[in-house]
Amino acid sequence: MQLTDQLRTTTFLLTLRYMILFFLSVTILFIFISWSTTGYLEQETDATIRAEVNGLNEQFIQRGEQGLVRVIGMRVRNHPDSNMVYLIADADLNPMVGSINEWPALKSKPDGWVSFEVTEENGNSVAVRGRIFQPQPELFVIVGQKNTTLAQLTRLFDRTLFWGLTVTLALALTGGLLMSNNVLRRVGHFNSTSKRITDGDLSQRINTTGSGDEFDELANNLNAMMDQIESLMGNIQHISDNIAHDLRTPLTRLRNKLEDLRQDADSTETEEIDRCIEDADSLLATFASLLSIARIESGTYETALDPINLSQCVRDGYELYKALADEKLIDLSYDAPGAIEMRGDRNLLFQAITNLLDNAIKYTPTAGKVSIRLRCDPTHAVLSVMDSGPGIPADQREQVLQRFYRLDESRSEPGSGLGLSLVQAVMHRHGARLELDNNSPGLLVKIMFPLHEEQRARQPSPDLSGADHT
Amino acid sequence: MRILLIEDDSSVADFIVRGFKEAGHTIDHADNGKDGLFMVTTESYDILIVDRMLPVVDGLSITRTLRASDNPIPILVLSALGQVDDRVKGLQAGADDYLSKPFAFSELEARITALSRRSMGQTTTETVLSLADLHLDLLSREVRRGDQVITLQPRDFQLLEYLLRHKGQVVTRTMLLENVWDYHFDPQTNVIDVHISRLRAKVDKDFAIPLIHTVRGAGYKIDATD
Repeated sequence: MQLTDQLRTTTFLLTLRYMILFFLSVTILFIFISWSTTGYLEQETDATIRAEVNGLNEQFIQRGEQGLVRVIGMRVRNHPDSNMVYLIADADLNPMVGSINEWPALKSKPDGWVSFEVTEENGNSVAVRGRIFQPQPELFVIVGQKNTTLAQLTRLFDRTLFWGLTVTLALALTGGLLMSNNVLRRVGHFNSTSKRITDGDLSQRINTTGSGDEFDELANNLNAMMDQIESLMGNIQHISDNIAHDLRTPLTRLRNKLEDLRQDADSTETEEIDRCIEDADSLLATFASLLSIARIESGTYETALDPINLSQCVRDGYELYKALADEKLIDLSYDAPGAIEMRGDRNLLFQAITNLLDNAIKYTPTAGKVSIRLRCDPTHAVLSVMDSGPGIPADQREQVLQRFYRLDESRSEPGSGLGLSLVQAVMHRHGARLELDNNSPGLLVKIMFPLHEEQRARQPSPDLSGADHT
Repeated sequence: MRILLIEDDSSVADFIVRGFKEAGHTIDHADNGKDGLFMVTTESYDILIVDRMLPVVDGLSITRTLRASDNPIPILVLSALGQVDDRVKGLQAGADDYLSKPFAFSELEARITALSRRSMGQTTTETVLSLADLHLDLLSREVRRGDQVITLQPRDFQLLEYLLRHKGQVVTRTMLLENVWDYHFDPQTNVIDVHISRLRAKVDKDFAIPLIHTVRGAGYKIDATD
């Protein structure tokens, strides 16, 4: 299966949704942890600075300005690597002593805190949070702390968040693909088995893995359903074979007795008997059609379709019916490319084509026009039979495909009402789609045969398609 | 003609036996495959009609057994199944013809007659098929009646060829569709009749004695005596 197809599957979309949810949860959790940790660190910083400010204030009260200057000088000298920042300045903000050489550009905050930046020896500027206090009107003291730890921590959090999410994403994607692959394989098996069943092989069953999971349960239920359908179909098949046997045999005997009678009959009786024989024949023909429709519909997959040339069938159908059309002065034309290779049952297809031509010619008035055309597009071979007869009203087009359905206008015509049903059954057998449309005037029967890839390669390109024969 | 019928359904068997007896043939009947196989291998028959579904040994097995032992007897398989692949299976097993039930007796009779003639090798070496003053040359593809050359389209030529190969015999519409058009199903329309009447217009119209005859309820026959 193609990756793009896989990305569209339900399983994968579910996985993707789950992944996004997971992604969001992880992000929120990270933000919360980061927020509470940095908050705690900020509180710690503030507490340290407050304690320091209190300490220095006490020093000033006890030892005056000189004492304060000495204490700060000592702290700066003894702990050069400390992340504490001190500065004493006079009334004109000229620095007297401290860990920085000039009064910084301060950004004050509403709660009495300030922030500023200092440049370290290695040239990096570092943000500092601090307080300013005035022990006496002409003395300004800054006590602050570099937020190096906080910055490092935030960076760490960012990096962890990034990598955490990347790994989560990768794992979720791989997991999603693996999971959807696994589920897809099983769904694919369900699909291919159902396809074989609808193609006519009722003996197909879905395999179970034996794990007893929901898929197994579904498979078991479907298989049980198929068992029932198969036995019902078997009954129908059996009944229809019995009907064939029980009713057709006496009918045949009846017909043969009539033939016997005819030999000894006089001329007036002969005529009557001939009509009876014709009636018996048409009854037998209806039976034959019904049974063959039933057989085609229940056709099993194993009766493999052979490679055939659809164009040849169309040409033969045209040739067979040309004489009949000529007799009715109907202009029958055909147009088909040299060869359209596909898999099919040529006898059934030919029978369907003759049924269509038969109908078209039957319902087209004298001097009308009937044409049969075969075209090949990239994915389908399209067979169209068009006539200039009365057509079929749009609301009855579905019904005419049903068995024994006949339009009121055509009841007077001979026929069993099974012709199009047989065509429909044959087309269903070939996976083809049948459409009835207005040929304005007349009926257009359009049949689309799917072409498989290896068949498409062998078709002639449309512009090389055969000449029009009229 | 001496015929053996292997058929388990007594009503079908009676109908076939009666029909062939009335037509002046000798026909024996076995109602199961084992007896039938014994009879066909121990006695001499001209033709075998065998039902596909039989108790003990089925029709296809009988056909295979006979062909495996190089028995050349013409075989016609009867079947209630009648789908095309059944027909193919029958022919693959070595049968010469296949007919699905129910059938008109005339259809069976026509096919049996055609099969027995084929087995006598009547038509294999001829290059000109003739009937009265009608001559069909298979090599030059020329058709003449008396002094007159008749021009036929290829399909009509094949149609006439098939009729002439079975002259004096009834050929059914299904047989014509099978052998001339090479499609196997029962044509429930008059489309074959139209081809015959077109052929008739060429072959019979301007001549005193008609050769192509319609056999009511059965098919056609080409014959100079009627």
